[in-house]
Amino acid sequence: MTDPILALTGVTKSFGPIEILHGVDFALHPGEVHALIGENGAGKSTTMKILAGYLDPTGGQVTWQGKPMSFSGSEQAEDLGIIMIHQEFNLAEHLSVDQNVFLGRELRRGFLLDHKAMRAQTADLLGQLQCRVDPATPVNRISVPDKQMVEIAKALSRKARVLIMDEPTAVLTERETEVLFAQIERLRAEGVAILYTSHKLGEVKRIADRVTVLRDGTMVRSDLTADVSEDDMAAAMVGRELSDLFPPKPAHGAEPILEAQGITVPGVVHDASLTLHRGEVLGIGGLVGSGRTELAEAIAGLRPRSGTVRLKGQDLPANHVATAMRAGLVYLTEDRKGAGLLLDKTLRENLTLGQLDRFGSPLIDRKREEAALDSAIADFAIRAPERGMAVGDLSGGNQQKLLLAKTLLSDPQVVIIDEPTRGIDIGTKQQIYALIARLAAEGRSIIVISSEMPELIGLASRVVVMHAGRIVGELADAAVTEGNIVRLAMGLDGHEKDSAA
Amino acid sequence: MSMATTAPTRRPRVNLAVIAPIVALIVLILIGMALNPNFLSYANITNVLARSAFIGIIAIGMTFVITAGGLDLSVGSMAAFVAGLMILVMNMLTESMGGGLPVILIGIALALFTGLAAGFVNGILITRAGIEAFILTLGTMGIYRSLVTWLADGGTLSLGYEMRELYRPVYYDGILGISWPIIVFAVLAILGEIVMRHTAFGRHCAAIGSNEKVARYSSVAVLRVRLMTYVLLGTLVGIAVVMYVPRLGSASATTGLLWELEAIAAVIIGGTLLKGGFGRVWGTVVGVLILSLIGNLLNLTDFVSPYLNGAIQGVVIILAVVLQRNTGAAR
Ligand SMILES: Nc1ncnc2c1ncn2[C@@H]1O[C@H](COP(=O)(O)OP(=O)(O)OP(=O)(O)O)[C@@H](O)[C@H]1O
Ligand SMILES: [Mg+2]
Repeated sequence: MTDPILALTGVTKSFGPIEILHGVDFALHPGEVHALIGENGAGKSTTMKILAGYLDPTGGQVTWQGKPMSFSGSEQAEDLGIIMIHQEFNLAEHLSVDQNVFLGRELRRGFLLDHKAMRAQTADLLGQLQCRVDPATPVNRISVPDKQMVEIAKALSRKARVLIMDEPTAVLTERETEVLFAQIERLRAEGVAILYTSHKLGEVKRIADRVTVLRDGTMVRSDLTADVSEDDMAAAMVGRELSDLFPPKPAHGAEPILEAQGITVPGVVHDASLTLHRGEVLGIGGLVGSGRTELAEAIAGLRPRSGTVRLKGQDLPANHVATAMRAGLVYLTEDRKGAGLLLDKTLRENLTLGQLDRFGSPLIDRKREEAALDSAIADFAIRAPERGMAVGDLSGGNQQKLLLAKTLLSDPQVVIIDEPTRGIDIGTKQQIYALIARLAAEGRSIIVISSEMPELIGLASRVVVMHAGRIVGELADAAVTEGNIVRLAMGLDGHEKDSAA
Repeated sequence: MSMATTAPTRRPRVNLAVIAPIVALIVLILIGMALNPNFLSYANITNVLARSAFIGIIAIGMTFVITAGGLDLSVGSMAAFVAGLMILVMNMLTESMGGGLPVILIGIALALFTGLAAGFVNGILITRAGIEAFILTLGTMGIYRSLVTWLADGGTLSLGYEMRELYRPVYYDGILGISWPIIVFAVLAILGEIVMRHTAFGRHCAAIGSNEKVARYSSVAVLRVRLMTYVLLGTLVGIAVVMYVPRLGSASATTGLLWELEAIAAVIIGGTLLKGGFGRVWGTVVGVLILSLIGNLLNLTDFVSPYLNGAIQGVVIILAVVLQRNTGAAR
């Protein structure tokens, strides 16, 4: 085996008085894809940030090509060819795609920026990634998965010797994941060392050569991927055997709760209609950009729309989220950082933000808020090292759990969940699936939007599939299969409703 | 899974940005005591406080506007305009109704209403027409300033002698030797602090300033809360004018000049983030006191020329912002 290009020996990391990493040993080799897995808050992102020079280790040693190294910052690491794609986006929202890709390394012709060349190269990179975004579009106008593709394009545009990717596929659909994997394989062949985390163990099994498991800041095992099964990985992460991921699907009633008729959002959703019954889990499938999120936001009163939405017979006005929420319909956004949580505020302030009127008027009852936070932390297994910390310092998965807790705080009748388990570890995923089944069993109705096929198939008893802004088909019971969903999502089958097979 | 590993402790973290304004205030007071024995005299203290009251009352409202991610440059001109209008109407009423308490009450009501309406106009144009707050209030700042100059015909509007005598006590009298402006300022400051920290409105202001989209997705009525911050500020300008007019009994084109900048400066010195998302009213009160103590100290001593007042205030403002940047979001 080759010598490691970048390694950690006995690395510890503390934030204030709390030690997060306890003596981590870890090595990356050229031409090897190394996966780092672990539960939410285990310290994966922290380890990666130390490797890429974003954080200093509190103790221990970073080694670069056999020599001890102490990065002065991420710039120095980048100059050496250590490139990191963060779990959260690092894009300047108001700048265009090409400006972001070349941010800080703009191409010049003389004194002036060479816009043409930058635009062309960006288009080239996006082409390699089969991403159809126009390089001139401002980043705040493109979808979440496209943002991730821009991040990847940005990383590919640098000459990487070590490429570190923190949950790159969390926001991608399977098609885009394939595209990314093709790029990873190309880079591996070129001798780049690749470090990668994901909560999707199937992916890890497929793409990684070596897998290392981190539990509570300690390395628990490191094996060649060929030697371990997905179940082994999950057990090592969680520290116990996991039972079935998906609970049995509860039977639902026939009474329609939510009826959306002819929803149109100009340019993104065309004449979409759907009905949701009491106690039902309805899935919405489709490729990224097919209008799933926009349809959900239109129903939840977050977008201007035409068409009607009726909740238990009550008409909900367009573009008025408060009415929808009061009537018992809530939406959990896929854009955690941009629309879900206030990163600079505490857990408590985030949890109660949408429901402050329930916590006392005119004065907010702090005790009740703290009590609500207590039960959220317990119910959703939120791991926060410190109770008063800013939400932005929580690990990504724990942010997602807090967002779930916040969305469900109003005790809603209808819940639309956009990517419910994005960035969540397998143990917690199981808990969230159980939670969704429990909500349904209690008579609540749930719409799940997901890019993860197994999730749609495992949770939903009925799935509508969108393609290019239209609902192109509906599948029920035994017809809910990966093949059927994909065929509809690609636009291969026309507007027919093929119910039970 | 052993998951709920959260320690239920609230950290007793001493944040520099939190205590810096208080430290600065204490240092100023100590310097004052050392330099001039009269500094802590009853007369000087009440004088400083009463003069701070106008800016202070306005700055309380400004704290909410800035916390919610807005800005209002028009408050100084607005105060001048409201004062001018109030005096003009009171003089006219004195002629027709023959003076007396009712005229004063009508004048006060008019000032409050005009302030509220002016704030409403700012707010509605910013929220509904989507005009950048900086630009819009820059515009209304010019409009109000020019209106008061026009009302005064380029000169000074003065309250009639009789009315002035009747109205005087609102500035000069008080209870237990504390004059009304100080009492009003204190009461409003306490109310403001409570509203900011313990009500949904205050929480919503901070949420909007922190990330407007998150607030909207959390069903916060973003536009209405924004509008309310400007209405609140306008109303507080009205209250400040009610306390201010009896002091001099006149208004001119230079009334309230640069008040907006002093109010904004006090807010920032107090630790409220200029970009919004976090605000505290008690900090603003400390900021107001710091600014007026600097002026007062320079007047009481002859170390430094009082003409350098602005320079020293400027240094303090810059220091405050540097401190904010270095310690990140204050809390
Ligand atoms: N700046 C910080 N201040 C305080 N605590 C922090 C900070 N950054 C991270 N932490 C804590 O360190 C722990 C590890 O976080 P990290 O982001 O590395 O987890 P992770 O393994 O990447 O989890 P996930 O799968 O959820 O992304 C978490 O408990 C997190 O709250
Ligand atoms: Mg992470």
